Amino acid sequence: MIIAIPTDNNVFETDVSASFGRAPYYLIYDTETKESTFVDNSAAMMAGGAGVKAAQLVVDSKAEVLLTPRCGENAADVILAANIRMHKTLHKTAGENIEAFLAGELPHLDEIHAGHHGQGER
Amino acid sequence: MRVAVLSGKGGTGKTLVTVNLAAVAAPSVYVDCDVEEPNGHLFFKPGQVQEEPVTVLIPHVDPAACTGCRKCVEFCNFNALAYASGKLIVFDDICHSCGGCVLVCPEGALSEKDKAIGCVQRGTADRVEVYTGILNTGEATGIPIIHRLLEQSSLEEPLHSDSEQQPRRADGEATFIDCPPGSACIVMESIKDADYCILVAEPTIFGMHNLRMVHELVTLFEKPFGVVLNKCLEGENPSEVYCVERGIKILSRIPFDHELGALNSDAKIVANESDVYRDAFRTLLETVKEEVGHEAAAHS
Repeated sequence: MIIAIPTDNNVFETDVSASFGRAPYYLIYDTETKESTFVDNSAAMMAGGAGVKAAQLVVDSKAEVLLTPRCGENAADVILAANIRMHKTLHKTAGENIEAFLAGELPHLDEIHAGHHGQGER
Repeated sequence: MRVAVLSGKGGTGKTLVTVNLAAVAAPSVYVDCDVEEPNGHLFFKPGQVQEEPVTVLIPHVDPAACTGCRKCVEFCNFNALAYASGKLIVFDDICHSCGGCVLVCPEGALSEKDKAIGCVQRGTADRVEVYTGILNTGEATGIPIIHRLLEQSSLEEPLHSDSEQQPRRADGEATFIDCPPGSACIVMESIKDADYCILVAEPTIFGMHNLRMVHELVTLFEKPFGVVLNKCLEGENPSEVYCVERGIKILSRIPFDHELGALNSDAKIVANESDVYRDAFRTLLETVKEEVGHEAAAHS
């Protein structure tokens, strides 16, 4: 199973990023090989539509599960269209959250916020 | 004569100045380009209001024709398109209607469809034609509405006429454009065809910084302009100092006055309620006409 997590840094000890769409990196973790790879989020500094672009990166990583503290509605539309399950992170680091998820301790992410789109312009 | 009224921030008195100028200049045209929060109609309370929707084009995908090449997804600078599980997803509210995705699609799977983003209203009140642009909440940009407003207000045909559109009315009839606050694209669109710009400024350091923003904008657009100092009090006025130091024409000084504030917040047109303010706005109108006349003479 492949797990994606928005992160602050590109090392395994990293903290989970507070934002999904504007996280600088995504950790892509393969539970079978226990391999971690990091994807740069090219959308992090974009003026708008970061959530959609970031979700596209996660979809393209072939992730089946997304662990994130929060997610906007546009990003969620893409994630859910790809049948990726979303669970809410409860711990500080990416590693702790992966362990908790595998132990069945992370709840489904049900709250989808309205997003911040349109706020970078005018 | 088309006069645009602008300021670097909201609440400086753009609508006060624009509404009252249009009122003392009647017959005239008032155009509310502050499409995110139009409020000029609250003062005029126009009757016989006609409304016309404003639409933009957004992409429409034919799933049978889409092969998933993702050229459109890569092309879109606003990330309004995504491709997941063999399906192209279009985010209407992020799309900026550039039409690029339709052009780059090699399969002809994308076409364009109309999407309503707001409307233009036209009504009349005491010999003032009142145009109001309204942008629906959450839309990316009000520019298409402003474009339509300025186009409509410069024609003399009614909104729903099918006849050929003719250039507007006699030269004497002036148009006053109430701009959105700030100096972004929507303001540029609003002042684009103006013959003259009035910058409204508050007597504070913050007000002076906001005046500088719009001063830079009208300079960039090479528009003739002058400043109305609003909410003037005794003592130092940083916006006035800014004008004096740069030789900028001060068109009028409106005092920080309780009576004016009370009438205005009651949605009254002060020039219709008070002799003092009727005279003040008539004088301002004459000053603006003179300035526009000088400009016309200088460029003829």
